[in-house]
Amino acid sequence: MSVKAQVATPGPIAAPLAPVDTRLASLRAIYIIWYRDLLRYWRDRWRLVASLAQPLLFLIVFGSGLSSSLGRGTIFGSSTGFSYIQFMYPGIIGMAILFTAIFGAMSIVWDREFGFLKEVLVAPIDRSSVAIGKALGGTTQAMIQGLILLVLAPFVGVKLSLLTVLAMVPLAAVLAFGLSSFGVMLASMMKSLQGFQVVMNFLMMPMFFLSGALFPLTGLPGWMTVLTRIDPASYGIDPLRRVVLSDSGLPSAVIDRLGLTINGQVLAIPLEAGVMLAFGAVMLGIAVVMFQRRD
Amino acid sequence: MIGTEVVIQAQGLFKRYGKLEAVRGIDLEIHAGEIFGFLGPNGAGKSTTISILCTLLKPTAGSAQVAGIDVAHDPARVRQRIGLVFQDPSLDDQLTGRENLEFHAWIYSVPAALRRQRIDQMLDLLQLSDRAGSQVRTYSGGMKRRLEIARGMLHQPQILFLDEPTLGLDPQTRRNIWTHLNDLRARTGVTIFMTTHYMDEAEYCDRIGIIDRGQIVALGTPDQLKAMVGGDVVTMTSTQPEAAAGEIQQLLGVTPAAENGSLRMEVPDGKAFVPRLVRELTVPVDTISLRRPSLDDVFLKLTGRAIRDEEAGTKDQMRAMASRWMGRRR
Repeated sequence: MSVKAQVATPGPIAAPLAPVDTRLASLRAIYIIWYRDLLRYWRDRWRLVASLAQPLLFLIVFGSGLSSSLGRGTIFGSSTGFSYIQFMYPGIIGMAILFTAIFGAMSIVWDREFGFLKEVLVAPIDRSSVAIGKALGGTTQAMIQGLILLVLAPFVGVKLSLLTVLAMVPLAAVLAFGLSSFGVMLASMMKSLQGFQVVMNFLMMPMFFLSGALFPLTGLPGWMTVLTRIDPASYGIDPLRRVVLSDSGLPSAVIDRLGLTINGQVLAIPLEAGVMLAFGAVMLGIAVVMFQRRD
Repeated sequence: MIGTEVVIQAQGLFKRYGKLEAVRGIDLEIHAGEIFGFLGPNGAGKSTTISILCTLLKPTAGSAQVAGIDVAHDPARVRQRIGLVFQDPSLDDQLTGRENLEFHAWIYSVPAALRRQRIDQMLDLLQLSDRAGSQVRTYSGGMKRRLEIARGMLHQPQILFLDEPTLGLDPQTRRNIWTHLNDLRARTGVTIFMTTHYMDEAEYCDRIGIIDRGQIVALGTPDQLKAMVGGDVVTMTSTQPEAAAGEIQQLLGVTPAAENGSLRMEVPDGKAFVPRLVRELTVPVDTISLRRPSLDDVFLKLTGRAIRDEEAGTKDQMRAMASRWMGRRR
């Protein structure tokens, strides 16, 4: 009896692979598209480091600067024992999530430019898996990017309990998902890299400024109040702040005053998270339809 | 090697973009294990036809069956059975060669148990094993092409479609790609359908379809097509081409075609014709050349035009330049 040597040449073509369950195939596709995004994210460590630079700059320069000039104010200052930088900190986590999510998801446009998208679009899978995989890839990257900033908490005088950190994970995920889906939706409509600058200047920056990341959304001029409530990012950043501030020993009346309200009504965290999830689902739905329509 | 089973069949394919008729009634029948070359100038309809067969475009009229499946009715199943190598690069060059193949294995549902084995086989077959762990951005143009071929073969397709696979590569790399394609066919029995506008490459194919202005103008083996020219090609130059042309017609009964300042004749027996030409002409003859017909001659005879190689040349240069830039930008 001889042991059969392993055949080194590929098998004959006459034995094709078994027919594929399309639903399973789509799940596999979602997984590998997500995995590729994370692999690229991990491989590109410079980007990881560079993307921390901006939040740090905001916190250290912008935050410290405003903290001292706002020190005599009614909300921030020695009277409340609460500084502007502490207020801003969860907002900066939100900013990191916002930028990473939208840029991460919009890497689809890069894939189109460099040809790789074609490999994905001609595969025998449902196109919806492309949109979903990309949205989840962006979500994961943004979540990591946002939660990394938690290590800065001691430096800005924010105390975090384990429970707070655990509460922040799903909230960061929800915000990241909503904005990634938004990014995928934008990318599904863009044909070239040219639209990128437009998105950056006319969508991302306004979304950031209006989101309540940098200032409380109370007592604003009427037009701005409306815009801040339209901004989906507001509904994701507010719960992050409430959770962080609840640990800082501030009275809940002050926290409510700093938070997002509609018609003077404070919004519950689950409701805000629900708004964000619904926004993400709608955006992803549009993206799926757009992808299925494309040639 | 070539079986009797028909793996690609097209009837009256027609594709219209607005007013432009890119493909005007194409019928094809390709057998299992064949290497079929689609030859024609840029804009002849090659890419449109291949895109229809790969289910990337829907025909305006006509139908096609690939691997026994109708391309219009069940594109997903067709795609599972074919491998694609596009004209433009489509690799993720931040990933390694192996990672690109893994990605492909996943989205084409290659069973988990086979994944690693298939990837190793293909890397080995295309001689990429030693560089499989490097990022694709460090690969040469030829290696990237080979990786794309390996990727196209990964899910055991019955037919491998390649759209201008050697465009923009240097001649040595082009020959190397061809060696690999032949080897692939020999080892796996895959049918290869490719487009090219390089005449010399078409000679490697079992059969060639020459396409011009959206229609197939000739179909056959390279030898069959060359036989259509009717013998040998004699080219001569003279300081008095008009006078020479007149004499040739009068004394030898052959009508020469003026081409780039020389006279070109197709004659049944070139070896006997050249001495007669020298003997009978009274106008001075500068040079005479005699050669077997090439596919260029076939194309010229069928369409009255030469495949414009200069045009392709500039396009290649632009492509090479563009890829250098893209490579740097990434």
